[in-house]
Amino acid sequence: MPTGRPTGRGLGVTAVPQTTDRAAALTAAARSALDAVRDPELDEPVTDLGFVGECSVDGRGRATIRLRLPTYFCAPNFAFLMVADAYDAVTAVEGVAHADVALIDHFASDEINAGVAAEAGFSSSFDGLAEGELEELRAQFLRKAVLAGTDRVCRPLLAAGSTPEALAALTLGSAPPSGDLDRLRSRRAELGLAAGDGDPLVIDPTGSAVGLEALPLHLRRARTTRVSIEANAGYCRGLLAQRYGS
Amino acid sequence: MYEKDGEKYFIVDGHVHYWDASPANQANKYGTGFIDCFYAYHANLSPPEWVWPYERFLKYDEDEMIHDLFEKGYVDKAIFQPTYLTDFYVNGFNTTEYNGAVAERHPGKFITNGSFDPRDGEAGLEKLEALHERWDLKGVKLYTAEWKGDSKGWKLTDDWAQRYLDKCRELGIPNIHVHKGPTIWPLNRDAFDVADVDSAASSFPELNFIVEHCGLPRLEDFCWIGTQEPNVYGGLAVAIPFMYTRPHYFAQVISELLFWIGEDKILFASDYAIWEPKWLVEMFVDFQVPEHMQQTTDYGPISVAAKKKILGLNAANLYDIEVPAECQLAGQPAGASA
Repeated sequence: MPTGRPTGRGLGVTAVPQTTDRAAALTAAARSALDAVRDPELDEPVTDLGFVGECSVDGRGRATIRLRLPTYFCAPNFAFLMVADAYDAVTAVEGVAHADVALIDHFASDEINAGVAAEAGFSSSFDGLAEGELEELRAQFLRKAVLAGTDRVCRPLLAAGSTPEALAALTLGSAPPSGDLDRLRSRRAELGLAAGDGDPLVIDPTGSAVGLEALPLHLRRARTTRVSIEANAGYCRGLLAQRYGS
Repeated sequence: MYEKDGEKYFIVDGHVHYWDASPANQANKYGTGFIDCFYAYHANLSPPEWVWPYERFLKYDEDEMIHDLFEKGYVDKAIFQPTYLTDFYVNGFNTTEYNGAVAERHPGKFITNGSFDPRDGEAGLEKLEALHERWDLKGVKLYTAEWKGDSKGWKLTDDWAQRYLDKCRELGIPNIHVHKGPTIWPLNRDAFDVADVDSAASSFPELNFIVEHCGLPRLEDFCWIGTQEPNVYGGLAVAIPFMYTRPHYFAQVISELLFWIGEDKILFASDYAIWEPKWLVEMFVDFQVPEHMQQTTDYGPISVAAKKKILGLNAANLYDIEVPAECQLAGQPAGASA
């Protein structure tokens, strides 16, 4: 699973060499670009979740992307973010001249697709709704992702015998390296929270270190958050499989 | 009543529907999409032998429902939670009246809950009074994420919502079921945000707030609120069927609930006809947190007493339902006075 990469907007992707099978190479590059698009709520790539129903680019650089979701009524705010991020990610692939990115089988497909194609933004696509609320929602779920990530990193350390004192004193640089640690660091950076080697491993939503006294409750909330997100992801995968076959 | 290993469990199914999603009642593509969504939940989380044909799922007979709940499904009392959705279904999906008609034909089996929408203003308050007079309401089911005209939803903290809650207090409708779970209609708002429950529960300590679906997919927020507010409860509809498809996750979810809100605040529900109570009850009584999880975390085993409370005694307390002595916990008369 790719980690530590920012979402779609402005993403640079390695140039595609001129091969005999240019279409295949472009398709692979587009697919790889979609790996960086996440479901904001589940904090997993849309590719891993099975949300990419179709991804193809022809030899002339025309990309066709179809996104699909577990249900007809999946929250359109998150759907909009994913379609917009996918559009940005694919159009950033060198060699892609035009991208047709669309959400299928959803009650708000028409509005979302038209809005994304026109690069109109959420508020223009849905009259009377505010753009800012959507970005705040994204940030809110990033904060949850940070909390869940904290559990993923800390739980194994505690299980291996780390004391709460030791945990409270750890920094991102002194914690044992792992994929989960990289992921946590990148989510923190995305939120604008301290993410350097010298910054504390366990921080609260404002970015301050969580002291020894507050640590047990903080970790407990971190665990509940991880359980919740993972349960949701499992539920969504099941519904998607039910809807489209595994 | 369900009996296993010499233990008797009084069963209150806290969330059932008698719905009509037949093509004739579907008003538009949203009506189709809504029931298809329900069917996906049903087919995805039920054991294969419990999956209904799609046609039956659209509209089932009253007799089938009575059989599934009370003859087959061990249920002693079932609580109707109406879902109006009159924008999607010609006669509504399952209204208080539609559910209530079934309840009246089967005395003693059901509790008929009502509903309100604070955006109906003054007229809605009168409607609530009339509904209470007609059905002697002990509870209401609320959908804060439902669209209405230009409105994309409402919050329990809205001024008008406060007036409606005050009306419930005045009329003696103590149980406020709030749907915080699978989407009905939210757009840019986070329709699952449970923060408004926190505030309402503080403002109305006389009312009980039952958060349906335990706030899933926002379990963590719900748990946090549940620890602060003594009058907040969690309904297990949608969460409990995970026990079959994803027992590991269910063990985590129920353990988190037990840790944060405790065994006195969790209510069993099938969400019939999305799931049937028979397999849920049987499987839950047999369910246990896996040994390895008990050793490596502070998750504990779920006791028989906890299961009895969750499956019926807690709801009996909230709804003042009489519980046979043989099903009560030793030394703790349940269902006496809520």
